[in-house]
Amino acid sequence: MTNPIGDIAGADFILAIGTNTTESHPIIGLQVKKAVRQGSILVVADPRKTEVAELAKSHLQIKSGSDIALLNGLANVIISEDLYNKEFVAERTEDFEALKSVVARYTPEYTEGITGVPAAAIREVARQYAGAKNATILYTMGITQHICGTHNVFAIANLAMLCGQIGKPHSGVNPLRGQNNVQGACDVGALPNVLTGYQPVASDEARAKFEAAWGCGPIPAKPGLTVGELLEGADKGAIKGMYIMGENPVLSDPDADHAAHSLKKLEFLVVQDIFLTETARLADVVLPATSFAEKDGTFSNTERRVQLIRKAVEPVGNSRPDWRIICDLACALGYTMKYDSPADIMKEIASVTPSYAGISYERLEKGGIQWPCPTADHPGTPVLHAGKFSRGLGKFHPVEHVPPAETPDEQYPLVLSTGRRRAHYHTGTMTMRTGALEVHYSKEYLEINPADAARLNVQDGDMVRVTSRRGSVEVMARLTDIVSEGLVFTSFHFPEVAINKLTNPARDSISKIPEFKVCSVKVEKIA
Amino acid sequence: MADVTLLINGLQVTVPQGSTILDAARQLGVFIPTLCHDPELTSVGSCRMCVVDVKGARSLVISCATAAAEGMVVETESPAVMEARKTIIELLLANHPMDCLTCGKNGDCRLQDYAYMYGVKDGGVFQGAVHQYPLEENNPFITRDMNKCILCGKCIRACAEIQGNNVVDFTYRGFNTKVAPAMDTALDESSCVFCGNCVAVCPTGALQEKALRAKARSWEVKKVNTTCPYCGTGCSFDLNVKDGKVVGVTSCDGDVNGRALCIKGRFGFGFIHHQDRLTTPLIKKNGQFVEAGWDEALSLVAEKLGSLRDNSGPDSIGILSSARCTNEENYLLSKFARAVIGTNNIDHCARL
Repeated sequence: MTNPIGDIAGADFILAIGTNTTESHPIIGLQVKKAVRQGSILVVADPRKTEVAELAKSHLQIKSGSDIALLNGLANVIISEDLYNKEFVAERTEDFEALKSVVARYTPEYTEGITGVPAAAIREVARQYAGAKNATILYTMGITQHICGTHNVFAIANLAMLCGQIGKPHSGVNPLRGQNNVQGACDVGALPNVLTGYQPVASDEARAKFEAAWGCGPIPAKPGLTVGELLEGADKGAIKGMYIMGENPVLSDPDADHAAHSLKKLEFLVVQDIFLTETARLADVVLPATSFAEKDGTFSNTERRVQLIRKAVEPVGNSRPDWRIICDLACALGYTMKYDSPADIMKEIASVTPSYAGISYERLEKGGIQWPCPTADHPGTPVLHAGKFSRGLGKFHPVEHVPPAETPDEQYPLVLSTGRRRAHYHTGTMTMRTGALEVHYSKEYLEINPADAARLNVQDGDMVRVTSRRGSVEVMARLTDIVSEGLVFTSFHFPEVAINKLTNPARDSISKIPEFKVCSVKVEKIA
Repeated sequence: MADVTLLINGLQVTVPQGSTILDAARQLGVFIPTLCHDPELTSVGSCRMCVVDVKGARSLVISCATAAAEGMVVETESPAVMEARKTIIELLLANHPMDCLTCGKNGDCRLQDYAYMYGVKDGGVFQGAVHQYPLEENNPFITRDMNKCILCGKCIRACAEIQGNNVVDFTYRGFNTKVAPAMDTALDESSCVFCGNCVAVCPTGALQEKALRAKARSWEVKKVNTTCPYCGTGCSFDLNVKDGKVVGVTSCDGDVNGRALCIKGRFGFGFIHHQDRLTTPLIKKNGQFVEAGWDEALSLVAEKLGSLRDNSGPDSIGILSSARCTNEENYLLSKFARAVIGTNNIDHCARL
């Protein structure tokens, strides 16, 4: 996020696009609700009539995968009605003309044709966003999990820069990240193309720095493979061994049957986890790790706040904290990796990561710190891009609408979208074992519009088979107008409704994110 | 904004205009008991526990909702104040189950604290009807005992002003007044999302965390402040530990969330000690997992990964790190990939 969570309630205008905020991020949802109570304008763009959409002044019920068209349509109105922030555009950005020429085509009427959102609503929302003193944009995987996910984000950034709604409080471009430490895992280099603090492996200077700091042989200059590419590599035999820590790709990856099939082909698979997950079952060796309650460490949240986790209980059984296991394994492979404590590791992270340089456990004991925090006396940075973008001028990246990789046809006439439920989390490994959450929300269902259900002779509570080109699951149908006609939705939490057997592994060419939010399916009543 | 200066128990204090007498007293470190007041919620001044004597006022005034004024002279423990507080506690106890011996909130209950503090044993002269509501425990999260409710309304305001859901409100009238969801249903038949933010503000045993209060008495737990392991919001909370086990989660004052938590953060801790936890390394032999020691498992992994690295090349190995693990662990696994194996083939579930 460019701005802190606590900022949201103070925004005069909120565009929540592709985020089911109150269910997936309940505490951030509280900020949104507070803003609404205080009279702010909330606009929700989502194909589903979610809980947060019900709170909105306008719900733009867009067709799945038409976000760029909508965002370009908003930019079109803002430019054609001369509502953009000329001072900001002139002083802080470049390539405005390129944006102007691309969005020129996206008139509200043209945009309505692609998105299904009425032209009048597009005009109204554009005027509200441009006219707001402070306007923030919130988004999650509804924006990114498309084959044009990166371009979707560009389109959001374009809009924010166009109106100067960035680099100041209560505004900005704010992805709400879905996992406790997904921000941190990216920050500290658990990515194929960058080392800690996003220092690129392609940079000679960065590699030389880390080779010296780590006392190791040459780090390859070529970026490695992403999750999906690793699984493909396993299928083709190029990847022969995998070491998986705390992930469950058999349920979380698209085209899950294929993911499992690929992992089975490996010569050697080691999985380190707290439960015998669907992925761990395929392993040659399983290493028992500890949960967050049994170790010290830090998580970095979605607003870049680094916070401590503290050991509350001893490791269960003979399990060991992941950091110890990694060190032991490195040592067994002949590389000396020894630390007294996670605090000791953080010292090393700070020494090689400019944005974490000023962070230490001593400081974190007093409260979280938002990076960038370059020195020990730096207070941290709640708002990014104030006064100047990190790259200097903010660059407009004009982008064009791209239809989803799979569109409905005669054989697979419905669009399937996936997401989360409030009471559960990801592949359910933890939330199905709490003695409470799974008791309260014990069975998954498929949201289907009553009109579609009537055509299929499906009644509320019927079991149906949902099938895509890749796989099929059986699930109970729930008739609801949360989904519009032609759209069905369910979560990926329940192993017995392993919906990712169906999802499309088609990926964004830049970020390699799979298109979880759109694939074509058919639904049949099970006799 | 201008400041005002007043005298509380003979001590001078200056506070910004608009502050309450309670704010001013707290600034001085002078204790005033409260039941219905909460700094995060609007003040309703309904419990009257916070009454104080203000020189020249017609009657005792409620300090939580009376603005401090220039030159005000306040006494917080005058005989009239003490008598009023005692009477209020007596009135509350007259309609209270008085089952502190078995109550899960024993030791963590404001009503009990104040009864002790003001030496009130029971309802005194106020003998009358006592509610006999059935105990509500048909959901896995919250035990609701309306017999212990003192109608302070904090849960109503927490639901409206923190959670923004307005699930509960006062229902019925007079002595029969009761906090309930619409149509006086059970919580699990209402639109309640079980965030438990009402439980966090309840001053008595009316609302209790079901699992926590059944397993541990308040003085038996050690609280360990930590960060939630679920979504990316980064809420802080206290793990409540008894006999080496996490038995519950309670609110702290988090940087991000204040005291608010969601259903998963507050009630989703049961996985920590679940019987399915992996407790020992496993090695697959003839298609079956066999328990192994750490040395054997680590040697085997080192041997296999080492041989792939040396014979098929570092890029024949792929590593998946985890957005669930700590920064330190992700850093080490990145270092492991690059420095130990010699590959950039490391990724995690950021895209999923």
